[in-house]
Amino acid sequence: MEFTFFIEGGNFSKAGTASSEVKKILKQLNVDSKIIKRTVVSLYEAEVNVVAHAFEGNMNVEIFPDKIIVRIEDKGPGIPDIDKAMEKGFSTATSKVREMGFGAGMGLPNIKKNSDQMNISSKVNVGTILEIVNYLK
Amino acid sequence: MEKAHFYHALKVVEEVCIGCTHCMNVCPTSAIRVKNGIADINKNACVDCGECLKSCPVNAIIVEQDDFTQIFNFKQRVALLPTVLLGQFPDDISEKKIYSVIHDLGFTHVYEVDETVDVLKEATKSYMAKHHQERPFISSFCPAIVRLIQVKFPAFVEHIIHLKPVIDISALFYRKKLKEEGFSDDEIGIFYVTPCAAKIAAVKSPVGEEKSFIDGVINMDFIYNKVLLSIKQNKSEEIKYEQNKHMSRRSIGWTLTNGEASQYSGRCLAIDEIHNVIEVLEKLENEEIADVDFLELRACDHSCAGGVLTTENRFLAIERLRKRGDWYHRNKPIILEEKEIEEYRPYLLENISIKSIEPRSILSLDSDMMEAMKKMQKINRILKVLPGIDCGACGAPRCQALAEDVVQGKAKMTQCVFLQKMLTKEGLITPQESFDISENTWGVKRFEKKKLNDH
Repeated sequence: MEFTFFIEGGNFSKAGTASSEVKKILKQLNVDSKIIKRTVVSLYEAEVNVVAHAFEGNMNVEIFPDKIIVRIEDKGPGIPDIDKAMEKGFSTATSKVREMGFGAGMGLPNIKKNSDQMNISSKVNVGTILEIVNYLK
Repeated sequence: MEKAHFYHALKVVEEVCIGCTHCMNVCPTSAIRVKNGIADINKNACVDCGECLKSCPVNAIIVEQDDFTQIFNFKQRVALLPTVLLGQFPDDISEKKIYSVIHDLGFTHVYEVDETVDVLKEATKSYMAKHHQERPFISSFCPAIVRLIQVKFPAFVEHIIHLKPVIDISALFYRKKLKEEGFSDDEIGIFYVTPCAAKIAAVKSPVGEEKSFIDGVINMDFIYNKVLLSIKQNKSEEIKYEQNKHMSRRSIGWTLTNGEASQYSGRCLAIDEIHNVIEVLEKLENEEIADVDFLELRACDHSCAGGVLTTENRFLAIERLRKRGDWYHRNKPIILEEKEIEEYRPYLLENISIKSIEPRSILSLDSDMMEAMKKMQKINRILKVLPGIDCGACGAPRCQALAEDVVQGKAKMTQCVFLQKMLTKEGLITPQESFDISENTWGVKRFEKKKLNDH
């Protein structure tokens, strides 16, 4: 089963809508609540990253009987140094974003912590593709 | 497959219900459908919050209560009053008078539930220190919220503090006390005067306990009427009842918003009204809110002062309770026998835990994931042909709900009035068939011709 959600860059008031929709779907599919929690936490984090850094993006969700594959693709500045972005606490967020309670770093490490597989690829000035795989059993 | 049915105090009076969809549209768990012109509450989904009762324009939804005379089955009859009851009366009616009238109704003892607040506070503090990995802690105070979490937020079930709410601690306290005075268990009847439907459900089908510690429940509006009647008719003139209580500003404020959250250290949030609570729990699930230590969540607007069985305007009731709390705070010496509860503290603390609270999600489409996926695909196909305007004319609160009902075999797609029109136009159903379907949803009466001078 496949679902796609649009993510609007810069609109923090809507940040979290896509991950909440996925959460609703997983609850309806009777997925274990701990797995739902992990998945939703990582998706929310990824969604906020798109809102905070990119112009726009898509969250594409594929659900199989044994796993969920989520691909978050954005058009934006890209990540010049992925290894650095993976470090805990590293953040490029502006002070304005931080004031809103976002951008405390931790984004990517937290996504990694809450997913079974995580792949990230990025091109500067083009965008970032993040793939999260969580096993449902 | 389903466990035994759940007791609900909210009942639809079929003769009065006009099947108008108000309740269906406000239900936070989408538990209501209109069938045959009458609201039908799904017992597995209902959390007894009372939103339906509040929205009903014809008072067709009531809170079922036990027969009052049942109190006389017991030799010792204890009335446990919620503090909000004292906030319902005008200032010129004294507390002593209220107590006396309730005593005269046939009770041998009249106590206030929140007298044991301090015991729970102490237990909660050590519980939170001991189970720190279960942060954020959610109070077990409001039975509607406990049920809401069971059915809609099953992942949070273990975050609910597994301690008895004050009502059960007090019941335990007075039962023990009377037993030590020489009465046997079956001579003691403990009756709770309830400001809401959820507390009744909690007594009749308790969560995390095998049986309730309360023998019966009396609706607060019933007591309110009795007290006012008696005062207006000057029935209980002499005040013979001696108050014997251990109230404090803290215990009087306990059932009001922030009553619990203000008592603990760390980041404590107090949220009232069930839709607000749902919003916060959603955010908490996404970890949009992190680092919360304690959550006081209550289903009613302004907590118990907004309970469905309260009679006074909740803002005025709160004002009175605050004043009362301040008065107790200033006049501490009048508190009698302060040490009485202290003797029982070890016993109460020993018996304060509750067993596990089971999740029972109403959201999953099927216990088998493959089946659930198939159903979800069907739902999405059905949604493509439904109008998406959530008119409720099919007897379900939203198009999504109708689609789910259809897939679960609980409804037919043709209940949708838009589809009916399309199918009739294309000659797939006759106008009579379309009419019959609507009659099934809305009842025969709804389609009877009204005379012009009927009101």
